[in-house]
Amino acid sequence: MNTQTELRSPMSQRPHIISKAKDRTGIGANVGIEVNGEKLSVPMGKTILEICRENNVHIPTLCYHEDLCIAGNCRMCVVEVEGMKTLQAACAFPVTGPVKIRTFSNKVRKARKHILDLLLSEHYGECYSCVRNNNCELQSLAKEYGVDGYEFGHVCESRFEIDKTSHAVVRDMDKCILCRRCVRTCIDLQEVGVLEAIYRGYDTMIGTFMDKPLADVICINCGQCINRCPTGALHANDPSDDIWKAIEDPSKHVVIQTAPSPRAAIGEEFGLPPGTSMTGQLNTAIRRMGFDRVFDTNFSADLTIMEEGTELLNRLKSAIVDKDKSVMLPQFTSCSPGWVKFIEHFYPEHLNYLSSAKSPQQMFGAVIKTFYAKEQNIDPKDIVTVAVMPCAAKKFECNRPEMNSSGYKDVDYGLTTRELAKMIRETGLVLPELPKSNFDEPFGEASGAGLIFGATGGVMEAALRTVYELVTGRQVPFKNLNIEACRGMEGIKQASVKLENCVEQFSFLEGVELKFMVAHGTANAKTVMEMLLKGELSDFHFIEIMGCPGGCIGGGGQPIPTSELIRKLRAKAIYDEEASLPVRKSHENPRIKYIYEKFLTDGPCGKLSHKLLHTHYQKRGKFIS
Amino acid sequence: MQNLKRNKMNTVFEKQNRSGPILFSKYDEGSGIEKALSMDRNEILNELRDSKLKGRGGAGFPTSSKWMIVAAANDEKKYVICNADEGEPGTFKDRVLLSEYPELVFDGMTIAGFTIGAEEGIVYLRGEYTYMLSYLESYLEKMRQSGRLGKNVLGKEGFNFDIIIRLGSGAYVCGEETALIESLEGYRGEPRNRPPYPVNTGFMGHPTIVNNVETFALIPHIVLKGGTWFCENGTDRSTGSKLFSVSGDCENPGVYELPWGTTIKELLAIVGAENAKAVQVGGASGVCIGKKDFNRSLAYEDAATGGSIMIFNDSRNMLQILKSFMEFFVEESCGQCTPCRIGNVKLLEGVEMIEKGEFTFEYIEKLKDLGRTMQIASKCGLGQTSPNPFISTLENFKEEIFKSKAEGALT
Ligand SMILES: Cc1cc2nc3c(=O)[nH]c(=O)nc-3n(C[C@H](O)[C@H](O)[C@H](O)COP(=O)(O)O)c2cc1C
Ligand code: SF4
Ligand code: SF4
Ligand code: SF4
Ligand code: SF4
Repeated sequence: MNTQTELRSPMSQRPHIISKAKDRTGIGANVGIEVNGEKLSVPMGKTILEICRENNVHIPTLCYHEDLCIAGNCRMCVVEVEGMKTLQAACAFPVTGPVKIRTFSNKVRKARKHILDLLLSEHYGECYSCVRNNNCELQSLAKEYGVDGYEFGHVCESRFEIDKTSHAVVRDMDKCILCRRCVRTCIDLQEVGVLEAIYRGYDTMIGTFMDKPLADVICINCGQCINRCPTGALHANDPSDDIWKAIEDPSKHVVIQTAPSPRAAIGEEFGLPPGTSMTGQLNTAIRRMGFDRVFDTNFSADLTIMEEGTELLNRLKSAIVDKDKSVMLPQFTSCSPGWVKFIEHFYPEHLNYLSSAKSPQQMFGAVIKTFYAKEQNIDPKDIVTVAVMPCAAKKFECNRPEMNSSGYKDVDYGLTTRELAKMIRETGLVLPELPKSNFDEPFGEASGAGLIFGATGGVMEAALRTVYELVTGRQVPFKNLNIEACRGMEGIKQASVKLENCVEQFSFLEGVELKFMVAHGTANAKTVMEMLLKGELSDFHFIEIMGCPGGCIGGGGQPIPTSELIRKLRAKAIYDEEASLPVRKSHENPRIKYIYEKFLTDGPCGKLSHKLLHTHYQKRGKFIS
Repeated sequence: MQNLKRNKMNTVFEKQNRSGPILFSKYDEGSGIEKALSMDRNEILNELRDSKLKGRGGAGFPTSSKWMIVAAANDEKKYVICNADEGEPGTFKDRVLLSEYPELVFDGMTIAGFTIGAEEGIVYLRGEYTYMLSYLESYLEKMRQSGRLGKNVLGKEGFNFDIIIRLGSGAYVCGEETALIESLEGYRGEPRNRPPYPVNTGFMGHPTIVNNVETFALIPHIVLKGGTWFCENGTDRSTGSKLFSVSGDCENPGVYELPWGTTIKELLAIVGAENAKAVQVGGASGVCIGKKDFNRSLAYEDAATGGSIMIFNDSRNMLQILKSFMEFFVEESCGQCTPCRIGNVKLLEGVEMIEKGEFTFEYIEKLKDLGRTMQIASKCGLGQTSPNPFISTLENFKEEIFKSKAEGALT
């Protein structure tokens, strides 16, 4: 996560600065406190909430989210601190002395119940017709505090129009409880800032610039706000009805591709612990649902590596051999549509740094509607392509006007992990209990390199495995092919690898220290871009950026809730699965070799690839008309 | 205000014939600063401690404690902020001080700067007082010219201090010190979580003292005449004098300087309001006191006030007064925290129910209970005090309010 000084949110919503313990009496040193009569020794400076969570004392929260700054505005977490006249918000109160705390006294419970009553009096929505039914923090607290009526009345009609303009995020402000997690997500975590509290007092609401529809402001569609909304006020734009229709339509050939991250997370929707991989079961479920083919996006991830890796080598050659000043380095990855829209809005003059390669989702769509259609002898107009993605931005991406190089819409529908889980539940299938099955041919095989695309650093690791081997003829010099420098949840990672004894074709790279950087979450992307503009990255060659914290496994379409631990467990599931795969380098995937032999015959970055697998970007800027 | 001579380009305010034990006594421009600069910082802090001065903005926090924390803080930047947001209904004494006694306020801020080691002072001026801006600016310019502000103030080597004025834009909550700082920093004026307090993490993250206009205005007098002298007025726990903004049903509304401990009855006699039936002490968020309690005294330990005294006679309808206060809070809540954002609306609805005669006593009790939750669970002083008039008025004026109202059905 980024540091204190970089945060853009107001101080009212920032965490306290807690420095390391200097001595045994300062912040960080232990102090004896009492929680509900139980004596504890805790480090000074920690908040009451942190202490209670670590000691299994439950305190209800609504505006608190561990990924975000402290707001202290819902007041659900109030506790009694002996000697203080008012109750204190546990999330915002740092322990700095030997305090005595009561977390469920009569006063406290009554206050919490009042707060819930007040929130519910303004909450227009019915749980049974809500996407968040059974996974809603407001609903569970209502249960926890035994709410059995509306003590202070209840709104009986809708006051806000639902904003469905965005391909990615639907805003139903009737259900908003003004916890402002979305605001903090958008500003702090993502450095976008399209959501803000507007008006004041009772009229306060979450709004956009001039209260414009979300599609008209500079939202990057990352969906991170959805993942952190405690209620059903934010959800993704769900295309599943249209997909069901296509499945039932006998004239349609419905093809689905599944990205690497959904399979590592969808189990959570069926009650399994985070980090349970469901690859085989998911294939079976999808087939039983009536999809005609199920393909692995990892295949097109391998394709992306071939294209993007080749593009990088081409850029390096132009820069080093041809001394071409117009070639931009470092090359930035372009497979995260949230990141792409971010750079289009915030750094529109620097789009040349982006690789022109499409994302795996779009490459696959283009290949299905051309190569696959031809091979299978199906009219591409009868093919419906669905992409199961961990991502909300993919919904926007597949609707970009430039994404139709196959002559058709490359990908018809972007479906999130959550929505696929819902579709599976509608069939009555119990995912965890299904037998495993494989992906369909002709793209039935993918490399582990494609699989690890799901976690931050994965694209870089996959690319390095291929690029290094192309250039030197040898495997990357890392144990078991695992490039640890790329892995983990640190916001910005960087490392380098020396290219030595290069093959003849790449002799111009002899001795070059290939420097790379990995960042995730657009707040970190912003930091990287600022470094770039200051000239601090001039000796870097390749930079991977994922729009969402944690990469795709933390995507805006993944199961809710999310936290760093959950994201780590999902990433672990992916890395564990990949370690056991027979093929772990994109260029060794036999299906990749096949497609370059049979279809993309002029090779990676050749003419046909350029037409089908590459794209261009729009200088969007921040001007909102 | 008819006494203020206004001129389009430059407003000039004339001092009226006011008299009082401290603030409205004689003071020579700059003499406080001069004296302070001849003292040691600790000496000033000691005098301040001996004066037992408590903040005049309403909360009544000991001023010396605040200053000592910031004086002891280790930071390359510290700030002195003068809270001139004066938004509490019925308060207008800061306006009088700024327009008639700017020398006291600004000298006080400068002494504060010297004492805590700050080089910048900021006056957060209520948006509605924009008309004073050019006058205050010209006064500050005069101070700079005479060396009372700027580099090496009054020749004191190494003490640089200047004051700027920033305008609020009309939100009551921006008088709350952390919301004020948010507003100064350019954000929505919303209160912060406390701790950390401004004395540790204030304006731009630096240690900051925020004091009321009146608090600063008292400083030069305390520095000149000493803390013990200051204690000659007032009570043991409320030392010195207080400016009261008196308005409503009385013959002589205006600003009065009286020693703390004056009873309501005495005050009513002074302002010519012997037929009052109720006095709202402490503005909208204060309490409404009925006749039988008029011998209560105005002091931190009894009927505390930031200065607002509103007088109502028999012709006034207490429910309507309560309603206008609750409307004020619904309007002025920043909307950040649940109890205040929604709670005030519920309380106002309750008042309207009583007005229409459509209520049950059970529900009104439930609302009072809600009010008690708001008092302890709201994030800032606004929500913590907004239920006060609801609870106190319905309690103290039961007979009047419910006399004609039959308990009706709740719809
Ligand atoms: C809602 C609210 C409004 C306030 N408005 C003012 C104000 O207008 N002027 C003021 O001096 N203090 C106001 N205060 C008190 C300040 O937060 C703060 O306590 C005060 O400026 C400290 O100065 P003092 O110690 O000199 O009183 C307000 C507090 C609250 C909770
Ligand atoms: S947001 Fe939560 S409480 Fe509201 S209708 Fe949906 S599930 Fe129910
Ligand atoms: S989708 Fe992302 S950019 Fe858009 S509003 Fe939500 S958090 Fe902000
Ligand atoms: S939309 Fe959701 S996250 Fe945002 S303030 Fe409303 S309830 Fe909270
Ligand atoms: S109590 Fe009212 S004014 Fe204060 S933070 Fe809460 S909503 Fe804002």
